[in-house]
Amino acid sequence: MKYLCLVYLDQEHWDSCPDETCGAYAQDLIDGGHMVAAEPLHGVHTATSVRVRNGQLSVTDGPFAETKEMLAGFYLLDAKDLNEAIRLASGIPPAKYGTIEVRPVRTLDMPGGTPSVGAPSVAGS
Amino acid sequence: MNDVKQSIDDLYRAESRRVFATLVRLLGDFDLAEDSMHEAFSAAMEKWPQTGVPENPVAWLISTGRFKAIDTIRRGTRFQTLTESHDAAIDIDHEHEAVGDEVLRLIFTCCHPALAPDAQIALTLREVCDLTTEEIARAFLTPVPTLAQRIVRAKAKIRDAQIPFEVPDENELGARLRSVLRVIYLVYNEGYSASSGETAVRRDLVQEAIRLTRLVASLLPDAEVFGLLALMLLQEARRTTRTTHDGDLIPLDEQDRSRWNMAQVEEASLITQQALRTGRFGVYTLQAAIAAVHAEAKTYEETDWEEIIGLYDALLQMEPSSVIQLNRAVAVAMYHGPEQGLELVDDLIKEGGLMDYHLAHAARADFCRRLDRKDEARASYLFAIKLAHQEPEKRFLSRQIEKL
Repeated sequence: MKYLCLVYLDQEHWDSCPDETCGAYAQDLIDGGHMVAAEPLHGVHTATSVRVRNGQLSVTDGPFAETKEMLAGFYLLDAKDLNEAIRLASGIPPAKYGTIEVRPVRTLDMPGGTPSVGAPSVAGS
Repeated sequence: MNDVKQSIDDLYRAESRRVFATLVRLLGDFDLAEDSMHEAFSAAMEKWPQTGVPENPVAWLISTGRFKAIDTIRRGTRFQTLTESHDAAIDIDHEHEAVGDEVLRLIFTCCHPALAPDAQIALTLREVCDLTTEEIARAFLTPVPTLAQRIVRAKAKIRDAQIPFEVPDENELGARLRSVLRVIYLVYNEGYSASSGETAVRRDLVQEAIRLTRLVASLLPDAEVFGLLALMLLQEARRTTRTTHDGDLIPLDEQDRSRWNMAQVEEASLITQQALRTGRFGVYTLQAAIAAVHAEAKTYEETDWEEIIGLYDALLQMEPSSVIQLNRAVAVAMYHGPEQGLELVDDLIKEGGLMDYHLAHAARADFCRRLDRKDEARASYLFAIKLAHQEPEKRFLSRQIEKL
């Protein structure tokens, strides 16, 4: 069984966990064979909401904040810039009914960047 | 020696935004581009008096700015890591710098829909038009720290979310145009009439707005781009007759029409007609059409008020607004008489949300004056003076009271 663990933080605590701490836990999960993928995100000021209504694309600044709608899934995409990310996001079928929040992934500020499955462990080498 | 200094000054005024826009694209970072551009101009101040002005000074400044930026990045004073994208961007071939208009690329980035609408305008005025944060804050009637934060956030989003520095492709160009035109019109308005206090008309902003619109029009022959261009040309053609040398306002009915730039009015009227004929026009084209009717009238009295009322009706269908209704009421007062005008403006003040809008009370005062209701006129003028922000407007209204 796979589980998606979503991390919520208020602005006050955004930088409370040092990147090294998060990176070390990610490495533990990788070593224990539990990690599928994990990425930290840039702050909400980088969020863009994408919607498609009646075939018309609507792009707005800011995170998605409609309490009626619930998180239904996620796509982790590789795109050359925000324009391509918006284009790809607008093709996600539920964009017609709900909202796709597009947030850029950042890299952990530590040697070797964000640990990932299959990459050599920096701490262990 | 002084000649060189003068030519660097001229170059800064004429080309600094193009140098900046190119550096933004090459470096992908507004602040780094701004610093590097200033370093390039300082280097020119140092070297050119000895070496003379290079054959292509803009290319020299861009290339010097780029080297200064590489130095900054290598020294690591600004960035902890030298990212691949910076290296790749800096290696872009020199030849490509001339392709397309760099300022246009920059304006499309600043007007990206993923930025908040307020941020789009603030960023364009700051980065494309080189207004200071204080000037923009004044134009927005916003506190300076709020405005500064808005710009910082927008830049951070462009950097962190990787909004590209490019003119959108054909599929997206139309949709992206609306915010670009809105921003240009605000730039024009800032130049045409400053928002408060005793400020002279800023010619450079006006010229910049017209230049940007012509540029967009050549790239994207959309009816509304031409509509906006015509609107600005029509207002410009009559600008010098709007005020006295002392900065006092001259109302439309007292302006010296012989001093209007009729060649420009003709050009603008032609552009307006072409835009109207496409059938895909919008609010800018309709406002241009209204301005054209005014500009083509030989006297104030000979204005085709019926045509103007019709154009305002069309405009109101596209954009319901109390301010547009107020302008329509002025035309109604000219065509049907001040009683009808007064009825409309009283409704707008009571129910249209114009209670605090000085021009609504000024219009009311004018209608009362024409109906010989002097006490009411005086009361409304006084109310308008209290609400007005600009000194020239206050002085104009005071003179109207003296004339009663």
